[in-house]
Amino acid sequence: MPANPYNGYTDYGIGIGLRVPHYDHILAEQPTVDWFEIISETFMVDGGRPLEVLDRILEQYRVVQHGVSLYFGSAEAPNRAHLRKLKALTRRTQTPWLSDHLCWGSVDGTYSHDLLPMPYTRAAARRTAEKIRAVRDFLEIPIAVENVSSYAEYHVSEMTEWEFLTEVVERADCGILLDVNNIYVSSRNHGFDPHAYLDHVPAHRVAQIHIAGHTRFEKYLLDTHDHPVLDPVWKLYAHAIRRCGVTATLLEWDDKIPSFQEVHDEALKANAFIAGARAAAAVRGS
Amino acid sequence: MPRPAAKIRIPARVGSTAELAEFQRAVWGLVSRPLTPGHRMQRRAADGRPTREVAGRIVKPSDRLTALERLEIYNRMYWFRVLDSLHEDCPGLRAVLGERRFLRLAEAYLVRYPSRSPTLRDLPSRLARFIREAPRWTRPHTALCHDLARFEWAQVEAYDGAARPRFAAADLRAADPGRLRLALQPYLQLLELRYPVDDYLIAIKQRTALLRGDASHAPAGLRPGRRSRVPRPRRQACQVAIHRLDGRIYFKRLEPAAGRILRAIRAGRPLARALAAGLPPGRRPPPGAADRVQAWFRTWMQLGWFCRPE
Repeated sequence: MPANPYNGYTDYGIGIGLRVPHYDHILAEQPTVDWFEIISETFMVDGGRPLEVLDRILEQYRVVQHGVSLYFGSAEAPNRAHLRKLKALTRRTQTPWLSDHLCWGSVDGTYSHDLLPMPYTRAAARRTAEKIRAVRDFLEIPIAVENVSSYAEYHVSEMTEWEFLTEVVERADCGILLDVNNIYVSSRNHGFDPHAYLDHVPAHRVAQIHIAGHTRFEKYLLDTHDHPVLDPVWKLYAHAIRRCGVTATLLEWDDKIPSFQEVHDEALKANAFIAGARAAAAVRGS
Repeated sequence: MPRPAAKIRIPARVGSTAELAEFQRAVWGLVSRPLTPGHRMQRRAADGRPTREVAGRIVKPSDRLTALERLEIYNRMYWFRVLDSLHEDCPGLRAVLGERRFLRLAEAYLVRYPSRSPTLRDLPSRLARFIREAPRWTRPHTALCHDLARFEWAQVEAYDGAARPRFAAADLRAADPGRLRLALQPYLQLLELRYPVDDYLIAIKQRTALLRGDASHAPAGLRPGRRSRVPRPRRQACQVAIHRLDGRIYFKRLEPAAGRILRAIRAGRPLARALAAGLPPGRRPPPGAADRVQAWFRTWMQLGWFCRPE
């Protein structure tokens, strides 16, 4: 189910994150790329080079917005001034859907700039879903929420992460940005089966998939986005597209960023798994 | 000894939005508490209780990490992220204070003024104000640091501030100077400084570039000693415009009269009154003043600094 209501019925292929070290290469060489994901906050400015670059990118490429500061899970109300700027940017980019994280990160108007894990309770799910609906109604585009990697679990939680994710997206009637690297990192940190997570996710709501690299420390894994995708994550990716269908896929590489070509080549490795999923589907269908 | 803050309230359950808010305040209080000098979580929470005890009431331990160790990951990530961001935005302040003092200043600033914006771009916006309010972090260079914090923030504003359609020369021809009002581009920043920090920042940038070159192929004669520092500037009042051209930031020194004219235009005065602001009070224009003002306007028009008032 590549095209669905949660990604604006689009059928995007394999994209990469648009990052500053690659601007000059992209603008000069105009490489073939299915689509770029931009970090919304980078371009929520009033002018200058960020918007000049964005406008030139938009002339040539499809762009999808991904944010880091909507904090759907924070108890406080959405920041209206921020939403107005975000809406202006969505009009500029014509993003078919917009994603942000299923997390909290602001308290009483103070921002952590981090993606803090939710307490998995029904009340938290209700509040989060209410905010997602409010944001979607204001922005007038489909919303997909991304599962975050986490390093802590709370005593107050009443359900698993995947049950919480399901509760939120069903209540909000929104999409999922399924980050398979985050599922893997959290599964190692909390000791759950990542396949069980994937099998529980409502597959028809998956609008997009994220893949990325992480770093292994002695006692935990950290979601660093500074490596190629590791084998266990590719295996989870294969499992995800078998369940969800071939879905718009995005490689995140945010630190120690290598050349554009290296990043793009890493992303295109997803094609091998997509071919495998298609072949398996064909066998099942025959 | 400072009195401990009110006891951190940790709800036993999160069954309502109010309890969610209370829960998030409790976690945020721990995550945003400054790290120890060894980059660890402090032993005591803000209310004086052992952090281990408070963390243990909120977070489950794993088979490899205690509750405190798990929360410490977030505590460290928070501080590393915000300090990294300020570090990158403030090369001048770092050069004046040195890395350790700069980090102490940045931490104290973020405790007093934590981020109130969804984007990290705005993080240094109140740093100059904090330096003025709490001079002990920058003494004896407070005035210089205040200038630098203003200047470094002005660069952020100039980089991605709004640009409006330029005022065209044709718009001036039939206009009555007594009534005509111009406006300055929103991205244009005008600063009156006590220290020539524009030159100082350029020197720091050049030194940084040379040090980078030193790691590769810079000619030996151009390599600065690793320990050599750019000398701190001496007090010398000046006025600087920070502006943008083709996406790049430039600094332009302004004569005092030019600065007064531009500030009068920004304040919305009609052109004739703005020009009068450039004259010393109660004096006749010095010889050649008209030519100088004309030359300034020609340059400012070429740089696209003027736009129509909204």
